[in-house]
Amino acid sequence: MEILLALLVGVLYTTGIYMVLRRSILKFIIGIIFIGNATNLIVFLASGIVAGEPAFVDGSVQNASQMADPLPQAFVLTSVVISFGLVVFALALKLKFFEITGTDDLDQLKKTDN
Amino acid sequence: MATVALPILFPFLLILVFVVIKSSRAAQIVGVLGSASLLAISLFLFIQVNEQGILTLNVGGWEAPMGITLVVDHLSVIMLIVTSFIVFAISIYAIGFMVGNHKTNKFYIFFFALIMGVNGAFTTGDVFNLYVWFEVILISSFVLIVIGDSKEQLEGGIKYMALNLIGSLLFLAGLGLLYGETGTLNMAHLAQILRTSEHSLLINSSTTLFFIAFGIKAAVFPLFFWLPASYHTPNITVTALFAGLLTKVGVYALMRFFTLFFIQDQVFWLNVLLVVAGFTMVVGGMAASAHYDIRRILSYHIISQIGYMIMGLAIFTPLAIAGAIFFMIHNMVAKTNTFLIAGMINKLKGTFYLKDIGGLIKQSPLLAVLFIIPAFALAGVPPLSGFFAKFILFKAGAESEHYAIVAVAVFTAMLTLYSMVKIWNEAFLKESPTKEFSAKGVLLKIPNKLSFIHFLPSIILGLGTVFLGLFAQSVYQFIAEAANQLIDPEIYINTVLNINMQ
Repeated sequence: MEILLALLVGVLYTTGIYMVLRRSILKFIIGIIFIGNATNLIVFLASGIVAGEPAFVDGSVQNASQMADPLPQAFVLTSVVISFGLVVFALALKLKFFEITGTDDLDQLKKTDN
Repeated sequence: MATVALPILFPFLLILVFVVIKSSRAAQIVGVLGSASLLAISLFLFIQVNEQGILTLNVGGWEAPMGITLVVDHLSVIMLIVTSFIVFAISIYAIGFMVGNHKTNKFYIFFFALIMGVNGAFTTGDVFNLYVWFEVILISSFVLIVIGDSKEQLEGGIKYMALNLIGSLLFLAGLGLLYGETGTLNMAHLAQILRTSEHSLLINSSTTLFFIAFGIKAAVFPLFFWLPASYHTPNITVTALFAGLLTKVGVYALMRFFTLFFIQDQVFWLNVLLVVAGFTMVVGGMAASAHYDIRRILSYHIISQIGYMIMGLAIFTPLAIAGAIFFMIHNMVAKTNTFLIAGMINKLKGTFYLKDIGGLIKQSPLLAVLFIIPAFALAGVPPLSGFFAKFILFKAGAESEHYAIVAVAVFTAMLTLYSMVKIWNEAFLKESPTKEFSAKGVLLKIPNKLSFIHFLPSIILGLGTVFLGLFAQSVYQFIAEAANQLIDPEIYINTVLNINMQ
């Protein structure tokens, strides 16, 4: 399972970086979503994958090392919410920019460079 | 100590107040009073740190390596004081300059959200919590940078957003790897584990990710390109705030991480930092000397000066770290001040473009005096703060036989002096150009007068610069204590972890 997820992380990063390097702002944001999800998976994998054992149990636990570490899962929840908010803001900014300039082409963004 | 949470809780309280306030006059008054109280809070913390040493607070009562710990040590309290000092000046500045078609209370909401994030980043003792504060800073700065909705602002905002989003994702990835390797994210606990472990391979992968993430925030070479592309677009109040605070949070994080726990392959990383510092200084300084827009000159300057702070970190002796911290506080105050003056020049002349400006020394002698203080401080003229900051760094470099970087730093100091003299000559000494329209077709000489409220923030920051210069000895003693704590974090680790064992 870990290897499968690790491969998925790799695929997501590749796709994300490809999308980030495209010229369209929308595709850039989609790329950020991919990279964000890949990153969340990395954090999630940090706890190790344990099947069939809940993170929280009541009563005494015999062998805690066989259970999933709940902390990275809490981290992932937090970072999913944060990246969701950032993506929404990015989309809103893109919409506003499109309304004012009528372009989605990153190559047109040269006014503030020189 | 519950007071440790005040620098975070108080701005949060202010945000709630600004949601309710509708009148812009009331918002301005609350803004100034709020930031003055913030300054008082940090001074109070300073006194406490001076008396009791490092202060900690385990949020929610969870004990140290388990829960989030807030830690205020010498470095944190220095950063808190300088931050709130700058914020106080800028909140006055906002009264005169943050005018336009936006809602004033909206500006203050995100202004204080940014301060909350910055203070949180300076006080937290937990890596994931640091990530959260970085995101708070990021989202509020996104909003601040596009307040006004002009085409340039949106474009600058997109560039700023793009690189910073990638930076924070890399931060998160590095954090995940670090947790997978060590099983903790409490900074003191991490330091304790990493000082005794041998897993340098996996740690290096997360060190690289953290280095790139903080490098983007701190705008070091070659990761700085978002800064000159975006810093000249927003309202000058916002630019001054960003110039004073944002990149320095990145430098602070680099200092914390590379002194506290990335010490596995220290020789290699310090060399990387040294090279990066040299390039950052020279590239920033050279680019600054090629421009004629005041805001662009000053933006490239921020980058150039970040190089000095990284240099101090890379030399890694107590003297050098102290020099880096001294340089950082000197730079925060002086750099913000130059941006404030750029805003005043714009108010008087209607443009930031140096070729269309002139004769300011006759038009406003007070402005000339106010410009000279931070400009000479940045250039390193004694007895102002920059002289001592650079002197400590050069001395540390020479003592540890890093002659190459000292030579680069001296060369960059010349470039700094050149840029400052350029602004001085073009804006103040030169005769005012007689044409009515600028090269870009903007109508010049908008009849604006500056009143006392416009000058006041610059006077406050100028006094700060003079104070740092005149009382360099006392300031240095406190900073040296902070540097010693960074080089030898035994006290930090013990205070954060031990208190709970009693």
